[in-house]
Amino acid sequence: MFGIVAEKTGTGNLTIPFVDDTDKLYLLLLEKHPQLDGIKFAIAVNRQIVHQNTSLAQNDEIALLPPFSGG
Amino acid sequence: MERFERQIILPELGREGQQKLKMAKVLVAGAGGLGCPAILYLAAAGVGTIGIADGDQVEASNLNRQVLFGFNNIGSSKAAAAAKFISERYPDTQVNVYDRFLTVENIPKILPFYDIVIDGTDSFATRYMLNDASVLFGKPLVYGAIYRYEGQIALFNTGKGSANYRDLFPKIPDSGEIANCSEAGVLGVLPGIFGTLQATEAIKWITGIGELLINKVLFCNLKNHSFYEIDLVPSNEAQKNRPATLEVFLKTDYSVNCQTVSDIGWNEALESSNPKSSVFIDIREPDEIPRWSNSQCLEIPYGELEEKAELFSEETSIFLFCQHGIRSRPAAVELRKTLKRNNIYSVTGGVEHPDSPVKQLI
Repeated sequence: MFGIVAEKTGTGNLTIPFVDDTDKLYLLLLEKHPQLDGIKFAIAVNRQIVHQNTSLAQNDEIALLPPFSGG
Repeated sequence: MERFERQIILPELGREGQQKLKMAKVLVAGAGGLGCPAILYLAAAGVGTIGIADGDQVEASNLNRQVLFGFNNIGSSKAAAAAKFISERYPDTQVNVYDRFLTVENIPKILPFYDIVIDGTDSFATRYMLNDASVLFGKPLVYGAIYRYEGQIALFNTGKGSANYRDLFPKIPDSGEIANCSEAGVLGVLPGIFGTLQATEAIKWITGIGELLINKVLFCNLKNHSFYEIDLVPSNEAQKNRPATLEVFLKTDYSVNCQTVSDIGWNEALESSNPKSSVFIDIREPDEIPRWSNSQCLEIPYGELEEKAELFSEETSIFLFCQHGIRSRPAAVELRKTLKRNNIYSVTGGVEHPDSPVKQLI
């Protein structure tokens, strides 16, 4: 996890119970960390950005990547 | 000994590469934390033409990271001060100064002259505008963005099949959702590293050296030395969020897209206020001055806001303000969510804004 997502959840890394796809993952994250509500981030599955709901396998590596505006 | 000897002897660069650098024209958008080191290293490397676009003036708070400026530059145009710094040291680099912010109107007049653009801007509005313009004009864009101790860098739009910013983040986030440097703080060396990485990608692209960050984004966290590279695939769906033609681009209002609807200026807030149906709330701590003695103004520090705001009826418009408009914006966004209504606003610029009635009292 990066940027504000890591700050809001208080950690850079999380191991979570298996979920089928990225939509379910998002809901699980929101349930565990309601403070992520309204925070925008991109999702990468095994270091590949995904925009659509994507099915997940055991031990997939997920990255939550918020946009930064600072320059 | 000649000026570029140490890089000409690099086998991949050579005299040919040096000539390419001399002929290259690089536009640096934003002479801030990222732009300053990028400009410095591009000029040092012998890039022949550098355009510097920035409408801002140097402030004391810039000096921890914007290394082309010193105390003597406070109050001067960033673009002009950066150009002076470079011209004095590297007269072999032609510097073009654009001492104004990039807009949809002026970008089409500036961008076509350059070969490649470096994004050193500090707002989502400008980042999306610059990305969309670089796609329309077919110019590669070296993207860089920072947050506290972290940075992101990529090379967008190098030709057919090359992803751009929209493939990473398709839509503009609300500006209240993610803080920029002045709100979030930034370790000074962070943009130094990322601006230098941006200059590196530009030099590599110009000279054809090494592997470029095409269809890749590099994320880096200085706190734990983590580098994380992800792959990006151009997405037709994501590109639908971008103006498809120059005509549409010229009519796109990026600033409105980026502003949360919760922002309001002092004048508009004062005009629309009414003792019966609206209230101003000073969300600063009690020791912050100047205070505003006005019967329409209540003082509720940010931390107590949520519980006390429920006291107001749904019809009451709430205008939140703080010292600079920085805390009041997320406060308004949060309060809108909590109270599930939209007549809650953040007064732009806060007490320190020139239009502020609070400031005028002192």
